[in-house]
Amino acid sequence: MADNKTVIIKIKRQANPDSKAYWEEFELPQTPGRNVTSALMEIAVNPVTRDGKKTTPITYDANCLEEVCGSCAMLVNGKARMACSALLEKLDHPVKLEPFSKFPVVRDLAVDRSVLFEDLKRVKAWVPIDGTYDLGPGPRVTMQEQEVAYPLSRCISCCCCMEACPQFNESTDFVGAAAISQVRLFNTHPTGKALKRERLAALMGDGGIQECGYAQNCVEICPKDIPLTRSISEVGREVMKQAIGDLFRR
Amino acid sequence: MAANPKIIVIGGGLAGLSAVIKIAEKGGQVDLFSIVPVKRSHSVCAQGGINAAKNLKGEGDSTWQHFDDTVYGGDFLANQPPVRAMCEAAPGIIDLLDRMGVPFNRTPEGLLDFRRFGGTLYNRTAFAGATTGQQLLYALDEQVRRYESEGKVKKFEHWEFLSAVLDSNRVCRGIAAMDLQSMEVRTFPADAIIIATGGIGAIFGKSTNSVVCTGSAQSAVYQQGCYYANGEFIQVHPTSIPGEDKLRLMSESARGEGGRVWVPKKPGDKRDPRSIPEKERWYFLEEWYPKYGNLVPRDVATRAIHKVVYEHNLGIDGKPMVYLDLTHIDRKVLDRKLEGILEIYEKFVGDDPREVPMKIFPGMHYSMGGLWIDYRQATNIPGIFSAGECEYQYHGANRLGANSLVSCIWGGFVAGPAAVEYARGMQGSAAAANGHLDSERKHQEEINAKLMNSDGNENPFLLWRELGEVMTRDCTVIRYNKNLQQTDAKLVELLQRFEHINLSDRSQWANTTIVFARHLYNMLQLSRVIAQGAAMRNESRGAHYKPEFPERDDKNWLKTTKASFAPDADEPKFEFEPVDISLIPPRPRRYDVTK
Repeated sequence: MADNKTVIIKIKRQANPDSKAYWEEFELPQTPGRNVTSALMEIAVNPVTRDGKKTTPITYDANCLEEVCGSCAMLVNGKARMACSALLEKLDHPVKLEPFSKFPVVRDLAVDRSVLFEDLKRVKAWVPIDGTYDLGPGPRVTMQEQEVAYPLSRCISCCCCMEACPQFNESTDFVGAAAISQVRLFNTHPTGKALKRERLAALMGDGGIQECGYAQNCVEICPKDIPLTRSISEVGREVMKQAIGDLFRR
Repeated sequence: MAANPKIIVIGGGLAGLSAVIKIAEKGGQVDLFSIVPVKRSHSVCAQGGINAAKNLKGEGDSTWQHFDDTVYGGDFLANQPPVRAMCEAAPGIIDLLDRMGVPFNRTPEGLLDFRRFGGTLYNRTAFAGATTGQQLLYALDEQVRRYESEGKVKKFEHWEFLSAVLDSNRVCRGIAAMDLQSMEVRTFPADAIIIATGGIGAIFGKSTNSVVCTGSAQSAVYQQGCYYANGEFIQVHPTSIPGEDKLRLMSESARGEGGRVWVPKKPGDKRDPRSIPEKERWYFLEEWYPKYGNLVPRDVATRAIHKVVYEHNLGIDGKPMVYLDLTHIDRKVLDRKLEGILEIYEKFVGDDPREVPMKIFPGMHYSMGGLWIDYRQATNIPGIFSAGECEYQYHGANRLGANSLVSCIWGGFVAGPAAVEYARGMQGSAAAANGHLDSERKHQEEINAKLMNSDGNENPFLLWRELGEVMTRDCTVIRYNKNLQQTDAKLVELLQRFEHINLSDRSQWANTTIVFARHLYNMLQLSRVIAQGAAMRNESRGAHYKPEFPERDDKNWLKTTKASFAPDADEPKFEFEPVDISLIPPRPRRYDVTK
């Protein structure tokens, strides 16, 4: 096998949040099984562009490298995905890497996705337990209920669904699928549903669930195959029911 | 003193978050520091489950059995009273996690399901698919977010811990930390701090650990005077997927659910594994360890795989790999109980493990050693506590699978209240520490400036590769004294070369290169503790195996190794402490028969 196969990687860079973006090209040997994050590590060892110019290592987020921590989300050939599970041999070449377009750039491929964590606070994405002292076992849960909850609970907060959503932008302020799906998770938990009204209320009004345009990009892009559109439609129905009920209660 | 003490927790994995929750519940104020958003901590990678003797399978399991299995599995090196306390607390911890909403797998009756793990004959491991660590971390993360929204916890994510701030009495008064965006160094006063910074995998180059698991924080406080205990005990997990960038874990739960390890009996057999008949396969673990079979503890399984590959020359295709076979198990069961790990194999290797036996090999996974702590999780420096993988207390010479999650949570649950109690009884005001805060900040700024201006020719990433290669070669499965001495000499050389480092990035914004260089220095210092500790311990115990000294030697080595940093000599010095064996007398450790 000829071992001199190389891969060209074009990276959109930006020194800091206020500076202008620019592109740099790198050429690396294509080794079997190499993914985008290991290519970025390789560039860090010897940060020289394709035309021989010395540059700086690429700043990017990464941690577990096995697609469970949610850190290394970026645009790979224009598609929002986790860089660690993007194997170079399976990508179209040259490979193009860009930071998410709908989140503030920190530097290079690293963006600020703290908005999702703030949203999770807003929708009270937790089970309101009394305390951590010994209160015996939790509520019984059937196998069927567990099999619905577990996939929802595998959301890695990567924000791919938000990046891919046409409605997730400054003009709508749409909260996005990830937080809505967490509302479904906690509203169906036997104890978690105590906060159901507050969670649904947080999804009403500007930027709320009604901003969803049913493009279905979220469910297609989700690296964990979470049934996001189902979550949106179920929670949407609940929000509607509660809104109508509120109207009559006034 | 302080009614609402300020406690700083460093690290937002299971141990750190457990501590945070307890502190907030007790009325303390928490500043929580983490390199990554805490929800992205390495605990998410834990797969198979969490142990607790709930005895829901009618097997007569008990917390004492869990305790005995843990002590026996750790080859009697763990102090026994804290291990017993952990095992007794474990069922309550499972209940709590259940109440927090962890989607544990269920039985048809709606109760928690349990499976078997290594080193025990009981079904004692609760699990949420094969992403249990992720689910546990999320549950704790959610509770911390709740306290955060109530103003009891302040998070500093994308911040790097640099050092503890010690006053003139060597009492901890806070920390120095660096903002990973602005690169600004700041100090934060606190009544006590808790180091919960996880594993040290990066010291071995490639491991199953996440990128942030470098051991930098624990090394920093070791260099400031904390004891580091049992550093030589490194767990190499028998089943990982070799990769260019890391070794991805293939959970022990694969064997807990019936997975079988085998190699073709014929060396270099090129046939498709599925076409190799049963009688031409060697299920060596089942043959050698009839009682525990594929579920022997990790150190035992790892050495067996090494032997089959390197002594019997039976690695698949002549390469260092053996089969881990799930193909005989019903697809639906696999999807319900193991989906997360099957998905990892599919995505990174490209084969479907439901159809094709997986190819696996041992990989560095866990450090049993860590910061020395007492039974209240306090280090020897007043005001510094520790919990989780970064401390040494619970696993002795070898950790049993699914015990790490319980030790992280239990450690946090002890450390949090212990830190609050310490802070409430503390003398002197925080204001007295102002001078020390300032001087520590300046000291840390000087280190940064020196690195930024260093004009040598050494590349930190290449130094790291050399470190990883030598540590993996000489400080993992099989250890020889001559090689360990050479390793230490190599580490000294790498430390000298570090003085001539050259950073390819000198910018003052989100500069990951200087951060990496700081980690590298701390890795190098800690590596010497591992290599020298391994060289000294002339016996074989748990994960520490020396062919020159193949037996456990309780007479001379039933002792905790304690390393302390000698600043003038710039190297570790060692002392040894007896192990607390007050509850279970040591006995020989065997897995071919019932213990």
